[in-house]
Amino acid sequence: MLRSSLYELLEAVVLTTAAFALTLILFGAFVAYFGHNPLDVYYVLYLGSFARSISIENTLTQAAPLMLTALCTAIPARAGLLVIGGEGALVVGGIATVLVGVHLAGFPFALGILIMMLAGALAGGLWIGAAGALRQYRGVNETISTLLLNYIAIAILNHLISGPIRDYDQVLRTASWSIPETLMVGVLPGFDVHWGLVVGIVLCQLLYVAMRQTTFGFGVDILGGNERAAQLAGLPINRMVLICCFIGGAAAGLAGTMEVVAVHGFASDSLVVGFGYAGILIAFLARHNPMAIILVAILLGGISASGGLLQRRFDLPDATTAVLQGILFMMVLASNTAYGRLNFLRPKGI
Amino acid sequence: MADTGDLGWWGVAIAVAGGAIRVSTPYLFVSLGETLTEKSGRVNLGLEGILVMGAMTGYAIAVITGEPWLGVLAAGCAGAGLALIHALICNLPRVNDIAVGISLFIFGTGLAFFLGKAFINPSAPRLPHLELGWWSSSPQVQVALQINVLFLLGVALAFFLAWALKNTRWGLILRTVGDSTEAANALGYNVNLVRTLGTVAGGFLSGVGGSFLSLYFPGTWNEGLSSGQGLMAIALVIFARWNPLYCFYVSLLFGGATALGPALQTVGITSNYYLYGAAPYFLTLALLIYSSSKKTSLEGAPGEVSINR
Amino acid sequence: MSSNPFKPSRRDILKSSANVLAAGALMSVLPDLANANGNVTVGFIYVGPRQDFGWNQAHWDAAKKVAAIDGIKVVEQENVPETAEVEKVMESMIELDGAKVIFGTSFGYWKHILKMAEKYPDVLFTHIGAIWKEGDPKNVIGYRGYTEEPHYLCGMAAARMSKTGKLGFIGSKPLYFIYNNCNAFVLGAKSVNPDITCNVVITGEWNNPVKEAETTNSLIDQGCDVIVANVDSPKVSIETCERRGVFSCGYHSDLSSLAPKGFLTGAEWNWASGVEFVKAFTEGKPYPNLKRGGFREDMVALSPFGEAVPEEVRKEVLAAKQGFIDDTLQIYTGPLKDNEGNVVLKEGEVKANSDVPFKLGVKFWVDGIIG
Repeated sequence: MLRSSLYELLEAVVLTTAAFALTLILFGAFVAYFGHNPLDVYYVLYLGSFARSISIENTLTQAAPLMLTALCTAIPARAGLLVIGGEGALVVGGIATVLVGVHLAGFPFALGILIMMLAGALAGGLWIGAAGALRQYRGVNETISTLLLNYIAIAILNHLISGPIRDYDQVLRTASWSIPETLMVGVLPGFDVHWGLVVGIVLCQLLYVAMRQTTFGFGVDILGGNERAAQLAGLPINRMVLICCFIGGAAAGLAGTMEVVAVHGFASDSLVVGFGYAGILIAFLARHNPMAIILVAILLGGISASGGLLQRRFDLPDATTAVLQGILFMMVLASNTAYGRLNFLRPKGI
Repeated sequence: MADTGDLGWWGVAIAVAGGAIRVSTPYLFVSLGETLTEKSGRVNLGLEGILVMGAMTGYAIAVITGEPWLGVLAAGCAGAGLALIHALICNLPRVNDIAVGISLFIFGTGLAFFLGKAFINPSAPRLPHLELGWWSSSPQVQVALQINVLFLLGVALAFFLAWALKNTRWGLILRTVGDSTEAANALGYNVNLVRTLGTVAGGFLSGVGGSFLSLYFPGTWNEGLSSGQGLMAIALVIFARWNPLYCFYVSLLFGGATALGPALQTVGITSNYYLYGAAPYFLTLALLIYSSSKKTSLEGAPGEVSINR
Repeated sequence: MSSNPFKPSRRDILKSSANVLAAGALMSVLPDLANANGNVTVGFIYVGPRQDFGWNQAHWDAAKKVAAIDGIKVVEQENVPETAEVEKVMESMIELDGAKVIFGTSFGYWKHILKMAEKYPDVLFTHIGAIWKEGDPKNVIGYRGYTEEPHYLCGMAAARMSKTGKLGFIGSKPLYFIYNNCNAFVLGAKSVNPDITCNVVITGEWNNPVKEAETTNSLIDQGCDVIVANVDSPKVSIETCERRGVFSCGYHSDLSSLAPKGFLTGAEWNWASGVEFVKAFTEGKPYPNLKRGGFREDMVALSPFGEAVPEEVRKEVLAAKQGFIDDTLQIYTGPLKDNEGNVVLKEGEVKANSDVPFKLGVKFWVDGIIG
């Protein structure tokens, strides 16, 4: 047992390293083609993402919302669904946070924050939960419905902030009313990263434990593996799908809450910056494992964080980081094929 | 200069009809492409990236050579090239096609934006159109009936594919491979080869769809050119039940709904424009809920496609 | 800087692609350039791509002017969203590149700039919203031109050239300056033809080419024959107008090359005040915290007239421009009604062009606007 899990770890390390090495070669060739020394580029990537404390802060700030939106795809995926609605769930979470938050003036800090988090999680949860319900009770494909719901959520947001809940004192942008200044959580003490990071890490860990050690988690894995088997085992499939969708949506909704209470203080089109879509990719790379999501999100955050430095030092376009991400992720995914085939690593008797 | 014309509501109808034709073409090409890919048993979620890459390549080649049709061809080839990457990676066992698609989405848009910076400013020659409105004296009708050849090609392709998938040996092989790997293996088909071809053909069509955006309507290249047409088209395929003809109808419907918002605003219906703007999405969702049912599983759905399990 | 400023001609493109393709020919930039040889580093942050033929490009033009100052090195970053990310970008510019001046060229950066300005009191921050007020950090400059003035002039030219008497205006978001630009466009038009009307469409997005092209087509179908688009990149709208054979006016930067036949003129920013700020800052001289102005202060410009505009119209428009420079022409003058019939200004009442509090509060369309 111990030997086999050690083997799995070794296998993962070897294959991931190989994927990274291949990426470095391919991307190095790409930048060399455009006249830059790959070693300089890699040094700058490191400088911008992890070398200094402000670089690390930058990386983690970018990673924070992605952990939560990744859960929106990962948790339903464990039950066999392909949900791509993190963007919309984040947006409705942000809207709900503001709608509730503006009425909380004078509330004690912790209570106010708690209420807003519940509001965001509930809104996001119901949003994706509805897609789950449409699938289970009406046979509507959840991939399309969640994609459509993204656009609908964004339209609702824009509609609300340009009229019904618009704060006309914000003259430079269409933005909603602001939540009370006293209920803004801001950044972590002594570390300039907002609290969304803590929420993300904690939630990922909680869900990791929940999916691994509870009967519900086992049931979901059976369902995700084979729906027929879950049926035969008498599992409450509809309920499990709905709960998974709700949890996923709630996580993305919380991402919206944290954007409001820790960064903006209001809802605006700054909620719609692609966190949800980036989350889908992270979920798949982490193979829907909540613990791995933390690492992949930090990796993606690091690449984005250092992208700015690539622009400034080498005058490379901002899209360079997207090229790097694309290559890296395709290599990592391709490496999946070699799992279980590295016989030279395998100890005898497994 | 344009003739005086106060068409009011007729103007709205004409704008929606014209808009349906103008806006629908990229959806049509991408959804036809994805239909081919999915019929072969794979999902390529990277078509958005391919579409953007096609738009950029088409524009760039048209700017450099001055020949828009060469741009269309180059766009198709660029799309096919990116799709080939998808196909080759997915040919490896145990690689998730959806995840590879999303990576390709990022890679394709990234590459297009990277290479496309220099082409945002210059103007490319535009694809020609046919004047099918010669019979009308109204300049509005004449403009609405300026039909691009690509649109007509797309329509013809939709009919051809609908026929070919049903009635040709190639169509049968494609469907067999898409429905059951085991059956296809038993019949001696090279599953990976068929899927590679299906994906590459899909990529070619999506690239062409992208070139329509940059070379005809709206006829420009910048980083906001695609507002998710490639992603949406994939949803439309499921909506269209993997039927090329339905892809055509659904694309038209979606294009018309997109044109509705701006048309209504020009006649003075100006409140709630964000909600009108989302009309295509509301409409699609409503139709989807209406037309689905728990009982009938998705008819026409290829059995090996992971998106509809 | 390895890429060269770009002129849109085919030969240049070929040349620059050849340059790019000549791998290895370019000098590798050494990673540690922070404050090398005593240069002052200035950072520009853009919300979109800087070659967008529009808003961001207008700032890029200013960045090039700043970079031309002796002893100044400019670093630039594009596509920075208005989230916590922009704070990190500013910090990264300050700490890793040694930037002493930061230009934040998007509205939504404001709150983030205030936060960073308190954290880095030695760094100068500029913002293009011009909403700095007493009590905000002293190391922040807000500046912005009155683009309603050139829009008024565009409106005059539009009304003179229009055959249908119907103009079209495409706006991105329902914000005060969009209202002001559109109102000025129509008031300018009405100053030469009181019967003119203007259809307004708000697209709701800063940049959505498909929607902008579709809207332009719809406006033309409704009979509008001069169209101005207040979106991030008006290129699509202007090209669509040119194809359909109607006139167009520009916005942000000089777009006359896009429509040789139908381009009338356009409203341009002049963000070159940034050069003054950087000079004052590096020489230790005082700088304003707030700078606003129109033609009089040289903060806006009028695009060159297109071929279609006859001499007498040009003269008339330029005379009005002189009126702005001499401060004898005011945009909002009574009697003035909004398009719902409410009286905005009574007979004899005048709002000065520099009356910013009034303009910030404008959320009405003047009489003659349909929308």
